[in-house]
Amino acid sequence: MAKTIVQEFTKGLWDEIPPFRLVLGLCPTLAVTKSVENGLGMGLATTFVIVGSNILVSMLRNIIPSKVRIACFIVVIATFVTVVELLMQAYTYPLFLTLGIFIPLIVVNCIVLGRAEAFAFKNPVLPSLADGLGIGIGFTLALGSLGAVRELFGNGTLLGAQIMPASFQPFGFMVQAPGAFVCLGLMLCVMNVLGKK
Amino acid sequence: MRDLIKMVLVLAILCLVSGGLLASIRNGTKEQIENQQLTFVKGPAIKTIFTAAANDPIADRFKLQDGDVERTFFVAKIDGKAQSVAFETYGKGFGGDIGLMVGINVSDDKMVGAQVTTHSETPGLGSKTKDDPKFSGQFKGMELKGDFKVKNDGGQVDAISGATVSSRGVAGALTEASTVFARLKPQIAQKLQEF
Repeated sequence: MAKTIVQEFTKGLWDEIPPFRLVLGLCPTLAVTKSVENGLGMGLATTFVIVGSNILVSMLRNIIPSKVRIACFIVVIATFVTVVELLMQAYTYPLFLTLGIFIPLIVVNCIVLGRAEAFAFKNPVLPSLADGLGIGIGFTLALGSLGAVRELFGNGTLLGAQIMPASFQPFGFMVQAPGAFVCLGLMLCVMNVLGKK
Repeated sequence: MRDLIKMVLVLAILCLVSGGLLASIRNGTKEQIENQQLTFVKGPAIKTIFTAAANDPIADRFKLQDGDVERTFFVAKIDGKAQSVAFETYGKGFGGDIGLMVGINVSDDKMVGAQVTTHSETPGLGSKTKDDPKFSGQFKGMELKGDFKVKNDGGQVDAISGATVSSRGVAGALTEASTVFARLKPQIAQKLQEF
C-alpha cells in the first residue's frame, strides 16, 4: 500500500508530468511562463487547487451521484480557485496583478478536472492526495523550468537576478507568445530524447 | 425519482457549503486586500503627488458618503497644515477604466498633482498617461474647476501624441474629480480640521 502511494506521487513528477508528457493545460503554461516567479506562482496555485479538489472529490465519491458528477467537480474546483484568488489578492498582490485573468481560469484547466474524473472519483483519499500533490508539483516544476529558460534567454535574468554577462543581448523573442511555443517544443523534444534511454 | 431527489440534494448542499465558505473567506480577507491595494496601487500614486507631505497620507485617511458610493480621501500635511487631500476618480480610456488619483489643496482649489493608478491602456502609448512625468506634471497648479478636455477638443490638457483616447480618459476622470470636489468640498474642509 505504502509503495503504491509513493508511486502515485512520483508518476506526476516524470512519467505523467502534465504539460510535457500529457501535453495538457497549455493555456497557462504558455501564457504565464515569462519568468520563473510567474511560472512557480501559477504552478503552486494550481497545485493547491488540484490537491484540494482531489481530496474533497475522493471524500465525496460515494455520495456524489455519477450523473451529476461533473457539475459537482466544477463546484468544488471553482470554490478552491476562488479561495486561491482571494488569498493571492490578500497576501501576494503583485503576483496577483501579473497573473491576472489566469488565476480564475484555473477552473477550466483540464488537468484539474482530469484528475478529479480519472483518479480521485475512483480512489480513496490518501492515494488521491498523493496523486494531486505529484501532478501539482510536476506542473509547478514544468512551469518553473519553462519560465527559467524563457527568462534566462529573453531577459538575461533568473528570479530577477542578473545571470548573463552585461554584454549579453536579450533574445526578446523568447518572452513573447511565439517564443513560448518554440521553447515548449524544444523542451518536449529534450524530454523525449531523455525518456528513450 | 429517488435518484433525481438525491442529485438535486447533493448539488444543492455542495453549492450551499461552498457559498458559505467563500463568503466567510471573503469577509476575512477584505481588509487585507484593501491594505494591499493601498500599498501597491494607490500608495505609490499618492507618494508622487504629495512628495512634500510630512505625514503618511495612507494612514491619515477618511471616508465620505457621496450618494451611493463611499469615497476615500487621503490627507497630506504640507508645511504643517492639513489642507490637501487626494482621492480617486475614473475616466473611460481606450482599454477600460482609467483610475486617477487627484491631489488638491482645499484652501485655493488648486491641484497639487494627479497621477494615474490603474489602467489597461496600450503599453508604450496610452500607458504613458501613467509613466510619463511630463504628462502627469502638467496638472500641478491647475484649478480643479469645471470640465476638463484635451487641447484638440478645445480644452486645457496636453494630450499624449498617439494616445488621444487615453488622454481623454484622464480628462474625463479630472472632470469627475472636479464635480465630486465641488459637491463635497464643505464636508472635506470640515473633516480636515480634525487632522
